[in-house]
Amino acid sequence: MGLLSKKDSKLILDPLADNNPITIQVLGICSALAITAQLKASIVMAVSVLFVLGLGNVVISLMRNIIPSKIRIIVQLVVVAALVIVVDQVLKAYAYSLSKELSVFIGLIITNCIIMGRFEAFALGNGPWRSFLDGIGNALGYGVILIIVGFFRELLGSGTLLGFPVLGDPIEKTGLYSIGYENNGFMLLSPMALIVVGIIIWVQRSRNSALIEEN
Amino acid sequence: MGLKQKLHTLKEKYKGKKMAPAFNALHTFLYSPNETTHGGTHVKAVDDLKRTMNTVIMALVPCLIFGIFNAGYQHYAAIDPLLRAAPWDNFLTWDNFILGCWTVLPLVIVSYGVGLAVEFIFAVIKGHEVEEGYLVTGMLVPLIVPIDIPLWMLSIAVIFGVVIGKEVFGGTGMNILNPALTIRAFLFFAYPTWMSGDKVWVHGAVERAGTPDAISGETILGSYAQNQEVIYSLWDMFWGFIPGSVGETSKVLIVVGALFLIFTKIGSWRIIFSTVAGALAMGAIFNLVVDSGIVTEASKFYGLMSVPFWQHLIIGSILFGAVYMATDPVTASQTNKGKWIYGFLIGFISIMIRVFNPAYPEGVFLAILLMNVFAPTIDHYVLQGNIKRRMKRLKVKNA
Repeated sequence: MGLLSKKDSKLILDPLADNNPITIQVLGICSALAITAQLKASIVMAVSVLFVLGLGNVVISLMRNIIPSKIRIIVQLVVVAALVIVVDQVLKAYAYSLSKELSVFIGLIITNCIIMGRFEAFALGNGPWRSFLDGIGNALGYGVILIIVGFFRELLGSGTLLGFPVLGDPIEKTGLYSIGYENNGFMLLSPMALIVVGIIIWVQRSRNSALIEEN
Repeated sequence: MGLKQKLHTLKEKYKGKKMAPAFNALHTFLYSPNETTHGGTHVKAVDDLKRTMNTVIMALVPCLIFGIFNAGYQHYAAIDPLLRAAPWDNFLTWDNFILGCWTVLPLVIVSYGVGLAVEFIFAVIKGHEVEEGYLVTGMLVPLIVPIDIPLWMLSIAVIFGVVIGKEVFGGTGMNILNPALTIRAFLFFAYPTWMSGDKVWVHGAVERAGTPDAISGETILGSYAQNQEVIYSLWDMFWGFIPGSVGETSKVLIVVGALFLIFTKIGSWRIIFSTVAGALAMGAIFNLVVDSGIVTEASKFYGLMSVPFWQHLIIGSILFGAVYMATDPVTASQTNKGKWIYGFLIGFISIMIRVFNPAYPEGVFLAILLMNVFAPTIDHYVLQGNIKRRMKRLKVKNA
């Protein structure tokens, strides 16, 4: 990262691993469980959050000195809501079927704890450029987990990736299915998303023991 | 040099090395070790974990043997329904036994092989002794799955159940959920077509579906739910000459196993009796509702609600669950009062799920898993209540 100073690149890289919003801060779990049954939906969600969080952080950061602290939550909500509506409308215009699939969850980005969390914790106290990097970093950290979970859930649950049948056709019994393989229906249910996230947390903490909390 | 000595030297040789737990486990599993305690503490009883586990396995063996014969019997009886007219004459035959072994033993071998492999791997990684916890689970698993479950599905479920259900919490004794039921729940939600319906309970029925040799026959719970005539007599259900998961059909052998467990003080009689009581209570409530005319024959719940309350015990797997699953000392409540509450709710909820949710025809395993989660909470409140009561008594005395 020659472009960025060491401090700035830390803003982006930290949330990707050691301070990941999902696996370390355990935020934004609800959407991670709800929409990761398919990889495509996970990617769209990740991109949407990237847009909303990156831009939202900049907007809040620019306004941080004029927002009265008593009503800051309302102001933050207005900013998120405006950005989410933009995303929603874009999806409706250019990817209607996907927007149908994601249904209410695009709207629910407003309530994603990561977004409000970053506004409160970072954008209100830092300049626009650093806020932008922080927003991008956190959204990427969120997106990475979403995509990993979505990858495994779609592959094992439906036998497809991005809609392409990579394991063969379950009805015609080709590919893996010809030797008796079957899709794992449990993978399509939300509890399994939670378990996959749990496994990621487990793997991450066993590789980096500094992350394990004392209690 | 005997095998015991060889294992002992191997164990000494690998002491402190990575593979030590594996040899250690093999040694203590096959023989009683040479090491004796030298300190001042001597435990007189030999009821260690292994003895406890072996007692439960002994209680399960009759169910397994019955399951082997029943697998063959159900298969041949489905082809030739006349056999059902005289189950006693046609049950203990070589044909049944051979077919049963052919279908049931692979389940046992896969369950133990995969499960113990996972245990060994985890023991080596963690560097501690192999725990005996899987011995009972490995025996329970083949008894609670349908006969024709593909073996690779069983292996995946066993890996999932042992790793996610037990090892992540810290191994034997630390698990929140019963591992055997975790395995069953995984199979149930992952591969529902292999785990429920009217075809999976008889060997060969799935393959023959749609051919002229197709085996038809609604399950007992299914028949009740649809207000149909049940083709099995109550005595058949009691003795166990009915299709079902491998080991849970024979109610009489489960009762024998229960008496054995209670007599050896391994299984908690409080949990067994309270589970049965809970099931009877819920059944009786449903009977009352039907009698009072609130639910009429038009209701889709009428069929199962109107089953006489005591018959719920011989339909489905509530007894098996009560005796072998609910009593798991790790996942059950620990306090005596807590055990009554825990068991009663298991029975109560099992019958409730059975009647109200046709998608989960057998709610016993779900009810037990649910109560596993609540067992610590129950214990907490029982303890708190006890502390409060004693504090009060103390105050009265001092006042």
